[in-house]
Amino acid sequence: MKERICSFDGLDLSDDQRDVLEAIRGFVDAEILPTVHQLEADDEFPQKIVDGLRDMGLFGMRIPVEYGGLGLDLVTYALAIAELSRGWTSVSGIVNGQYIVGGMIATHGTEEQKQRFLPRLASGELRCCFSMTEPDAGSDVRAIRMTARREGDELVIDGQKMWVTNGLRAGLIGLLVKTDPTADPPQKGMTALLVEKEAGQEQVGGLTIPMPPLKKLGYKGVESVELVFDGHRVPASAILGGPDGEGQGFYQMMSGIETGRINVAARGLGIAMRAFELAIRYAQERSAFGKPIGQHQLIQAKLADMATGIEASRQLIVAAARKKQAGGRADVEAGMAKLFATEVAQRCAEESMRIHGGYGYSREYEIERLYRDTPLLLIGEGTNEIQRLIIARGLLARHAV
Amino acid sequence: MKIAICVKEVPDPTAEKRIDPGTNRLVRTGENTLNPYDRHAIEEAVRIKESGVETEISIVLVGPASAARTVDKALAQGGDRSVHLADDGLADSDILATSRALAALLERDAYDLVLFGQQASDAECYVMAAAVAERLDRPCVSQAASLTLDGSTLRVKRQVETGYDTVEMPLPAVVSVSDAINEPRYPSLPAIMGAKRKPHEVLSLADAGIDPDTVGGAGSRTTVRGLSKPAGRGASVRIEDDGTAAEKILAFLVENKVVV
Repeated sequence: MKERICSFDGLDLSDDQRDVLEAIRGFVDAEILPTVHQLEADDEFPQKIVDGLRDMGLFGMRIPVEYGGLGLDLVTYALAIAELSRGWTSVSGIVNGQYIVGGMIATHGTEEQKQRFLPRLASGELRCCFSMTEPDAGSDVRAIRMTARREGDELVIDGQKMWVTNGLRAGLIGLLVKTDPTADPPQKGMTALLVEKEAGQEQVGGLTIPMPPLKKLGYKGVESVELVFDGHRVPASAILGGPDGEGQGFYQMMSGIETGRINVAARGLGIAMRAFELAIRYAQERSAFGKPIGQHQLIQAKLADMATGIEASRQLIVAAARKKQAGGRADVEAGMAKLFATEVAQRCAEESMRIHGGYGYSREYEIERLYRDTPLLLIGEGTNEIQRLIIARGLLARHAV
Repeated sequence: MKIAICVKEVPDPTAEKRIDPGTNRLVRTGENTLNPYDRHAIEEAVRIKESGVETEISIVLVGPASAARTVDKALAQGGDRSVHLADDGLADSDILATSRALAALLERDAYDLVLFGQQASDAECYVMAAAVAERLDRPCVSQAASLTLDGSTLRVKRQVETGYDTVEMPLPAVVSVSDAINEPRYPSLPAIMGAKRKPHEVLSLADAGIDPDTVGGAGSRTTVRGLSKPAGRGASVRIEDDGTAAEKILAFLVENKVVV
């Protein structure tokens, strides 16, 4: 029996976990891989794929069972993201806002906020986006400038956000603002808001979403937009966690960021898996100098390095997810997984391109998409340069002498 | 309405099949899964249920205890309960023996309709539905391309080489559905996770009242004397398109009496 490439063996998964992951892999093989090429070339939102994922119940993967979700553990979540990303990393991007904001509401929201949002997030009826980054503040979150000042029972929001994935189609924004711009340190003046809006509208109250969306190297099919707030009013009840949540936004968002890093690591794993899958097949189909190129030692070295990197990435991701799931601080582990798996993804995409030669460079084939989709992972959710700092600081703190 | 769907566990159909040269049997030690053709039968039963007919869908499987995961896959696809005959004495059963075991399981309950997929993807066997129907003494139709239920009558559109036959039959009946009858849906993640919590009945031969001598190797009449690869195709004719390819293809088809 031929062993499946990138099987779920060796990860100590339960039958439930395997069944869920196999179902997602089956969906990716049948519905995403055959259509992704045209959708990405046209930069088209994959509505049919999203509908299929919604019917499968995938949007509720991380929402607690009592609010209509599946309450799946972090390991299954991470490996599910890898499976989706093996098909198209943009699809993982589309569902991810749901998981981040849903997770924040489940952890920090008031009961009223949970009842109001979680069932609709689980069903996919309400889509959401997560918005922290600004034109002048990315990795340095403390430098954000967007403010929300209180006027009676309302908050008035001013400022600009950048690189908001799903920003147009979302009906709910998880938004980080400064409610006390004078706070020192600045993070103590930050608050997370749950801003509702009309999905698909470019102009709602004082919120404008400039069109067209931002143009990107890869990560097509899902919109990345700016959000411009100019005196936009929301009720004070939009504060995540209610009145006590004021000034807690930075900490609330940071608690979700380890999960976010595991997510990006998993996306890298998915791309690397696909790049390897294509490479090992092509290495046996293509001949040069009288034998399949997979029989040439330099190609073998590439295959060996790719597969080793992929296996190591999987183990790092699963270890980080297990640690976070168990309730421990996993900043170092999540950082390691993100750093390693995304660098492996880029190497795998490039090596797969080299193995495919001219075909890998052609827009007719899948490899060049994988090659264009990986750089975002090196930059997003904390650049890999920042990851190294986080890992080192965490290690120095853990092993202080 | 009680519908039984007889499903089979098969080696992963996407992997290459291997024959054990010692036993002349298919190697089943790798990844096994639900016979993909059975998904069409389950989907059809679910559609009957969704049409408003009060229906209980039972998944019936004869296979080793390890096939429990395949039972769950079938339940996730839409079954309400399962009956799994798992007994070491079933090993080496051929079509005759397996049909005997399935018929015995089906006789334990008053099913109005027994559905099969059109074939099993492992040995490409198409005849199990007919064999079971014969043992149950029920009418049987194969290659059903649509089912219409009218009280206790079932109208079946049956796919044949020249078009469709429409057959009416009284229930209870046995039907094998074509893979063109529907597009099976993806099981939802809640259904996958809920499958284990559905009622599972796991029976031994003794539980099912089946004489061990009538199934397994002892109850089988098939001997595989030898195996050979199918003959290769004859030399192919290559037609380069110089503007007359269509005419050449037509001439070839007429010459070989494919079209007249």
